[in-house]
Amino acid sequence: MARAQAEGAGGRPRGGARHWLRGQLRNIAPFITLLALVAFFSLATPSFATLGNLNNILTQISITGIMAAGLTFVILCAEIDLSVASVANATGIIVAYFTLQDASVAIANLPLQGWMAILLALASCLLLGLITAFGVTRIGIPSFIMTLAMLQIAAGICAMLVRGQIAYAVPSIIVTLGSRSVGPVPWLVIVAALVLALSHVVLTYTRFGRYVYMTGGNREAAEYSGVNVRLIVAAVMVISAVLSGIAGMLGVAHFGSAQQEEFDSFLLDSISAVVVGGTSLFGGQGGIPNTIVGLFVLGVLNNGLDHVNIDSFLKILIRGLILLAALVINVYAQRLRTQSPQA
Amino acid sequence: MVHPGQDTRSQPLPAVLELEGVSKAFGGVEALRKVDFTLRSGEIHGLVGENGAGKSTLMKIIAGVHAGYAGIMRLDGAEVHFRTARAARDAGIGMVHQELSILRDLSVAENVFLGSQPTSRFGFVDWRRMAREADEHLRGLGISVDPRALMGSLPIGMQQLVELSRVLFSGARIIILDEPTSALSAPEVERLFGVLRRLKEAGKSIIFISHFLDDVLKVADRVTVLRNSEKIATARAGDVDKRWIIERMIGQGHEQLEESYTAEIQLAAAGQGPVVLSTNGLAYGRAYRDVGLSLRAGEVLGIYGFMGCGQIELARTLFGKIKPDRGAVSIAQRVLRLRNTADARRAGVAFVPESRRSMLFSLEPIYKNISISVLDRLARLWLKPAQERQIARRHIERLRIRPPSADRRLGTLSGGNQQKVGLAKWLTYPPRVLVLSEPTRGMDVGAKDDVVKIVRGLREQGMAILVLSTEPETVLALADRILVMKKGEIVREFAGEAVSKDRLLSAA
Repeated sequence: MARAQAEGAGGRPRGGARHWLRGQLRNIAPFITLLALVAFFSLATPSFATLGNLNNILTQISITGIMAAGLTFVILCAEIDLSVASVANATGIIVAYFTLQDASVAIANLPLQGWMAILLALASCLLLGLITAFGVTRIGIPSFIMTLAMLQIAAGICAMLVRGQIAYAVPSIIVTLGSRSVGPVPWLVIVAALVLALSHVVLTYTRFGRYVYMTGGNREAAEYSGVNVRLIVAAVMVISAVLSGIAGMLGVAHFGSAQQEEFDSFLLDSISAVVVGGTSLFGGQGGIPNTIVGLFVLGVLNNGLDHVNIDSFLKILIRGLILLAALVINVYAQRLRTQSPQA
Repeated sequence: MVHPGQDTRSQPLPAVLELEGVSKAFGGVEALRKVDFTLRSGEIHGLVGENGAGKSTLMKIIAGVHAGYAGIMRLDGAEVHFRTARAARDAGIGMVHQELSILRDLSVAENVFLGSQPTSRFGFVDWRRMAREADEHLRGLGISVDPRALMGSLPIGMQQLVELSRVLFSGARIIILDEPTSALSAPEVERLFGVLRRLKEAGKSIIFISHFLDDVLKVADRVTVLRNSEKIATARAGDVDKRWIIERMIGQGHEQLEESYTAEIQLAAAGQGPVVLSTNGLAYGRAYRDVGLSLRAGEVLGIYGFMGCGQIELARTLFGKIKPDRGAVSIAQRVLRLRNTADARRAGVAFVPESRRSMLFSLEPIYKNISISVLDRLARLWLKPAQERQIARRHIERLRIRPPSADRRLGTLSGGNQQKVGLAKWLTYPPRVLVLSEPTRGMDVGAKDDVVKIVRGLREQGMAILVLSTEPETVLALADRILVMKKGEIVREFAGEAVSKDRLLSAA
């Protein structure tokens, strides 16, 4: 019966490699997509497969990568955070608000020392994360709706602080991390790599990480195992907000300005990266390696489409189709995994 | 008109529904074996039997849910075979389930008219007419309720009557009621019976499935007893008593069965260990009231009751999942304030829920399923997978979990083995109190024996164990002392005396 289809435990092939592959669909499909995209663009244009362009791609996916790391925690818990880009934007603007701006910038300004500005900005995104966590776990608002409200609130904070103006100055350490390089490697890439690596370590090797996976895998069972699932869900919402804040501060330095709505495209990009990478929308399956593959799929796609000089309107459609394909695989992979053992 | 006690044999009313030699098997397991069943016009027919006797299967065949069966069904003398629930409904067969299928956020009238609201000329719902007709309809049944009231604001007894009236309104003349009195208070039961008698006089036929034999005897004209997938007897309710029914339900006369079912079990004298868990005046909504119990170290306390008697909620309260409205839970004489299940676990309470899905992670390996509840003792920050596997292997060996591989994905195990994993996760560091809800449900005999051995072993170690079950055998096999719960209250305690299954059934 169906049990014959069950793939081996612990990743060991059982009942043939085909069955093992079926169970690994969510990990393999994104990777094959990535290889196919790289192969396609390398053949299509000589300017794609160069070291310089790899550097470009890495830089382009770094800010998304920091946000996507936080979202990976959230989605593994079977929740969602729609406020990431908005919280990033607000945090970037807050750090600028606490930094001395040029006299020509007509903006409310409360100059402090650099480290104080950074600390206050971090405290702000932490606070926003705590409010989201409170709404989701204490009041019981679904995260989809709660973070939609937080998206609007953070956007409101941005609007109130800049009032349609643009700020330019941020603390020097943020400038360094956001826009300078060590040799050929941008600091931004290093920070993103560190955030992703640290997230991976937390998710894979710590007790908290295990709780995140188990809470996402079966929240009721986690609760009946004596896990404080509300605390875990609250923690992932806070992690997501703080990482978004870090991404926002570095982004402001990277773009060279802090203004309203400058992060809007990052919401879709960061959620796409997690989902395209194969982390289950139902929680409990996937992880940071999946997210990294997803980041590269999107990064290569965006970058490559620029190189082949395609109609920029078509580009949007192609990204939509890739996302749809990833969603289909995501749901299908979940079904394959859950069906097989239920004999 | 037919009343209990009136002689119906001299003038039998015409049969509306007849089943002849109906059999049904699920994957080789017989759920019904050549069952005959006759429902007359204007009759209330009680259907009784233990869990698994075949009552639900029989009703699902009548209601068109199970299409594949052997045997003949006749409706008004003409042979029928319902392929879908819809076909049965169109033929005039309606069902009111134990779990009501009402829409709480709609009005009474909307619930009555569900899916068939009267409309005005322009296709808008005609609210006035709907309210008026619903009112007439409900009044006709002797139910007085404001048709504009929100369904969710009504007591359960009234919700049930509204659902019943909806089923009637959609044209049913044969109504199947599944455990209709299990959640009702005594006056609500009386009111329901009043409505049922009125329906009977109007020529409707009612099948009344219940564990509450007193209720069955009170309202039914005839009673049919099922046991082990077979029909054992049908009798006029006025001719028999509770004792007679219980004997047939549990198999008087079959020596082997009689031994296991009516044999008396001598309960141990009251335990000597210190009281570990006690509750005082616990109450939670409609689920249970005034529950006071105490559990000693080295004792297995069984709580027996029918489905819906409040034991599921009680178990969740002890594990911090449900906050009681009133009362206190104490462990070792200290009152606990349980904010969540993590608090309960840290206080030394372990809980194995009745459904595998709510305690296990089917996509994760066995060792992660076992270590989840002890991770904080194994590791402060960093996981120690080698140790987790080692612990898992110890449990796999001790509980004879098959296949014996710590890395095996849980979902690939058989049900009984999964249940053992669910128990194993609490045994690494023995808890002070182990709460087991339906610990042997759905297990084969071998796995049941294993569970009995495990529980006895834990009792020897001095653990305090609470077993809650709707299966009398489970409680009898495991418990030193038994409390019987009925409609949210503890109604009887068996301690230091002989008890048998029929005595448990009579008490509940």
